[in-house]
Amino acid sequence: MGIIQDIEKEFIRTDIPVFHPGDTLLVRVKIKEGDKERVQPFEGTVIKMRGNGVRATFTLRKVTSGVGVERIFPSNSPALESVKVLTQGKVRRAKLYYLRELRGKAARIKVKR
Amino acid sequence: MIEGIVGKKLGMTHIYSADGAMVPVTVVKTGNTVVQKKTADKDGYEAVQVGFLEKKEQRVNRPAKGHFKKAGAPCFYHLVEFKAADISAVQPGAVVNATDVFKIGDWVDVTGTSKGKGFMGSMRRHNFSGGAESHGSMHNRAPGSIGSSSDPSRVFKGMKMAGHMGHAKVTVQNLKVVGIRAEENVLLIKGALPGAINSVVVIKKAIKK
Repeated sequence: MGIIQDIEKEFIRTDIPVFHPGDTLLVRVKIKEGDKERVQPFEGTVIKMRGNGVRATFTLRKVTSGVGVERIFPSNSPALESVKVLTQGKVRRAKLYYLRELRGKAARIKVKR
Repeated sequence: MIEGIVGKKLGMTHIYSADGAMVPVTVVKTGNTVVQKKTADKDGYEAVQVGFLEKKEQRVNRPAKGHFKKAGAPCFYHLVEFKAADISAVQPGAVVNATDVFKIGDWVDVTGTSKGKGFMGSMRRHNFSGGAESHGSMHNRAPGSIGSSSDPSRVFKGMKMAGHMGHAKVTVQNLKVVGIRAEENVLLIKGALPGAINSVVVIKKAIKK
């Protein structure tokens, strides 16, 4: 017992800050195009966190020119250059799927203070 | 060394490769002991018999106990034969580790016993499409016709029908070894392997690569 946990331990990143559903994050993702590597920023609200250990992922949602965009990131992926918590949201659910039905002012999340 | 190894499936996880890609892996615990050498003179073919998963001596019957004693090896639950490039290089009682047989990047075929599913209908067992669910259909999950009428007056052998599914010998070909942890004697193989966790799998060099 424990061999799988030992293998996973090597890949778990400790430099990612703690965040929760409802928080707004700025994630900088490394993207490989041919042999060039560039960094793409993605800013959005955490609407879902699932899994634990190396298998954990989180989903960011943002609305760009009226179109909702959701992107799933593996929490321990080496492709994440940096993760920055912009605001901490005050929410009463773990999965914020209700945001998908809301538009504009209604889709705001209260800021924790 | 020998061309394969016996292991126990510990479970799946994923790792990240050097270029940042997520790789799903199955973790297999290995570590075998050579029990017997089959020689061309005595047995008519050349192979190496290895044992896996140690067994208490009091649980082994007498003929098997003698077999293990002759090799100077402890007793095992599983005995498997493998081909070897040069059988004179191995001696009974020698320990075979994962690093002796495989290196990172090798292609392997993995044989195991699949999970038993019990008695399954033709839809689950053979991917039949079944009939309509509604609109008065009375042909919901039935297989349909199983053959012609008075000629041939029988159902052909091998007709796909309902029956026992799973718990059969399954080989998955062309899987890649993506990691070896020497201190724990563990192989990381990309993709899924047949069988449940803690089941025994036989890993051989891929025949098609």
